[in-house]
Amino acid sequence: MSRFTLQVNGQTHKVDVAPDTPLLWVLRDNLGLVGTKFGCGIGQCAACVVHLGGAPIRSCMMPVSAAASVNITTIEGLSADGSHALQRAWCELDVAQCGYCQPGQIMSAAALLAHNPNPTDSDIDDAMAGNICRCATYSRIRAGIHRAAEIMAADKEVHK
Amino acid sequence: MSALLEAPLGRRSFLKIVTMAGGGLVLAYYVRPAGGAEAAKPDAGKAGGAFIPNAFIRIDPDGTVTVSSSRPEAGQGVKTSLPMIVAEELGADWGSVKVVSVPLDPVFGPQFAGGSMSTPMDYPVLRKMGATARTILVEAAAQTWGVPAGECVAGGGMVRHTPSGRSLKFGDLVAKASTLPLPAEDSVRLKDPKDFTLLGSRMGGVDNPKVVTGQALFGIDQKRPGMVYAVYEKSPVWGARPLSANLDQVKALPGVREAFIIDRTVPENEVTGLVPGVAIVADSTWAAFSARRQLKVQWEEGRFPNSSWDDFARQARELAKAAPGSQNVKETRRDGDLDRAFAEAAHVVEASYSYPFISHANLEPQNCLAHVQEDRAEIWAPTQDPEGARRLASKVLGIAPEKIQVNITRMGGGFGRRLDADPVAEAVAISQRVGAPVKLTWNRADDLQHDHYRPGGFHFLKGAVDSRGGLSAWRSHHVAFGSNMGADDYPARFVPNYLLLNSKLENGIPQGPWRAPGSNTYAWVVCCFLDELAHAAGRDPVEFNLAVLGDRDVVPGSGARSRPYNAERMRNVVRQVAEKSGWGKPLARGKGMGLGYYFCHQGYVAEVAEVTVSQKGELSVDRVVAAVDVGSQIVNLSGAENQVQGAVTDGLSAAWVQELDIRQGRVVQANFDDYQMLRMNGAPRAIEVHFIKTDYPPTGLGEPALPPLAPAVFNAIFAAAGKRVRQLPLSRTDLSWS
Repeated sequence: MSRFTLQVNGQTHKVDVAPDTPLLWVLRDNLGLVGTKFGCGIGQCAACVVHLGGAPIRSCMMPVSAAASVNITTIEGLSADGSHALQRAWCELDVAQCGYCQPGQIMSAAALLAHNPNPTDSDIDDAMAGNICRCATYSRIRAGIHRAAEIMAADKEVHK
Repeated sequence: MSALLEAPLGRRSFLKIVTMAGGGLVLAYYVRPAGGAEAAKPDAGKAGGAFIPNAFIRIDPDGTVTVSSSRPEAGQGVKTSLPMIVAEELGADWGSVKVVSVPLDPVFGPQFAGGSMSTPMDYPVLRKMGATARTILVEAAAQTWGVPAGECVAGGGMVRHTPSGRSLKFGDLVAKASTLPLPAEDSVRLKDPKDFTLLGSRMGGVDNPKVVTGQALFGIDQKRPGMVYAVYEKSPVWGARPLSANLDQVKALPGVREAFIIDRTVPENEVTGLVPGVAIVADSTWAAFSARRQLKVQWEEGRFPNSSWDDFARQARELAKAAPGSQNVKETRRDGDLDRAFAEAAHVVEASYSYPFISHANLEPQNCLAHVQEDRAEIWAPTQDPEGARRLASKVLGIAPEKIQVNITRMGGGFGRRLDADPVAEAVAISQRVGAPVKLTWNRADDLQHDHYRPGGFHFLKGAVDSRGGLSAWRSHHVAFGSNMGADDYPARFVPNYLLLNSKLENGIPQGPWRAPGSNTYAWVVCCFLDELAHAAGRDPVEFNLAVLGDRDVVPGSGARSRPYNAERMRNVVRQVAEKSGWGKPLARGKGMGLGYYFCHQGYVAEVAEVTVSQKGELSVDRVVAAVDVGSQIVNLSGAENQVQGAVTDGLSAAWVQELDIRQGRVVQANFDDYQMLRMNGAPRAIEVHFIKTDYPPTGLGEPALPPLAPAVFNAIFAAAGKRVRQLPLSRTDLSWS
């Protein structure tokens, strides 16, 4: 066991775990942040996506030792009150069915929109290809990303 | 408590009014228990001045209407749609409705989620629940004002006195309503569906805000104080027992508390309950997963250690050569004179179709949290059948079912997998042994290699069209692993000369219901072969299929368990989908349209797919149009469309890329790197859903929109590229053309 200091959603946490423990299980079992999901354990389904230093990563493949002292954002920290454009769009368009993959979908989409505020369908295909939705809500996820881009553009207009 | 009145709701359901110790009132819905014992009642001791007219509804003085969500939520949307039915009849303001999930309890009646049955079973019952409560609230308002109840109407969370314009909010009527008796049954009037304001509208899922912020809790997210973490390894060859394992070595690993063999099968001789295996219990999920990598088990050989898909396919081809009545070739249905029809046919087509085993692949791996104490247990389980889960747990534990509390969690996909409770059986067995709350988590390999699979199958077909271009004969031989086609399965009853032969392959492979069981593959086989026959006859497929469906309205079933087939409803959706899709429009080479249609789970659905196949063989599903008849009323339009869109895309995923191989008695695939699922880039570019309302009771939507998709796409591929694909998954076939 080793001690690690983690910066998660703006808060500092100290954990004592085996160094090879994937960040996913530290978030879920040690910090109680269970919004990040386990689906495959080998980076093939992307239910476990979090942002590490702003970049989307598969937390099931990332040893906690590699994530120490870098800012980590999970679905619980994407916005203070569920008001991120993607979260609003997801509710507006009623995207989810079972909802299990949706935190990972939203975190992947948030990383896309952060650098590409107006993605094309083909950009969405590329950025979201890692995320499995077993309920197959892909058409609504695609619509949700386009809608979130609109919301972000409108918010920007208001703040000009 | 004393019973005052019982009003029959249905064969086994009753509304029952009881006075409570505190002077309040409870109107309980319950199913009469088999032994005649009293069912549980809502706990009025916690009512705190609230009006609780039945187990589904609670109204507080602040006007909050709390509706119980009693069916498991697996993504099919019942946690939103079923409470909408209550709220509509009650006249509640949806914004003031709070939906709460409730545990397994007889007061709620049947609580399973399967077979697309929630809507057809609960629609009439929940309407009556809401209407009865509304009648009491109206009476309370009428008495308060001293006016006839007939002059008062409920809506928007209040009761209005129409002549005077006065109104009282539901919350203000709670105290009075709690003193009133249950209204006479004939005084409870259901709303005229013309006046519905909530049903048929688009409502977002009640848990959406939680889902998008990571606050929605699934089975795998449950926690209890003192909880330990478990994994359970089973033989890769199904049903084989562990002979020995390096338990001492595993127990010495960091974070491991216990490791032990469970050598029981419950129920006996079945592979879908508790089966023998090795449990590791640890301080964290990762400690348990890590320790498992060091686990070495010696397994007995098992019953079918050498079975393989290739060998099953060889056996099927041999069986197809055998005559009716020979060993393992059962004649399930015979109509007319096949020999004569084939002899007189203008065209005869022969083809064989096959499809592999596939997995449910729930994205949330199977799991369960169980806390077993000496004579009782509590379970937190993502289960589609909480009562079945409790029954199995009771058998495993030797504890009476009524001493086992089942908390039903949200689940990360069901699709039929979670109608079986093997993970519950494992979790309770481990918890009983270690005496602590245990969370059992399967890994992806467990999930893929110990699923209860959608079975593979082989169909050998011969069909004929006569000189007028009509379907005159159909001979089908189904070689199956479990269930065979039924005597009435389409197109039986619609072809004058018809023969269905059935065979079963001996195998030890666990099988279970997978979204639209049977139908999910039969529709593909039948509608693709009908398309082949339409082309052989030189007829337009829509016209040909309408002719097959004939001119009768309802075709009766021929056995006690068979359903009538409403051919008029099916012709209607076929005509509608042809019209809405622009069937017959000119298309460029490499583009094509195809039709699929099927009746299952009480729903009539027809779909047209429009595809592009590039010369290099790349497929794009450009558009799918669905015409769906599930009766007179769509409950939640947003949720209903989501189910159809999801079923269409799920059906495409299954037919295009999903496949399990079986070698040496086990499933080869172990994770999503070798078991493919459709992703964003393969999903249909547009899915249009048209609900066709008819005068039939509302039925469910989890399943019936899936079966027509595969034949629609495959028939479209033939139209686009001239390739007739008769083997799933599609990804095995080169679609390139020149």
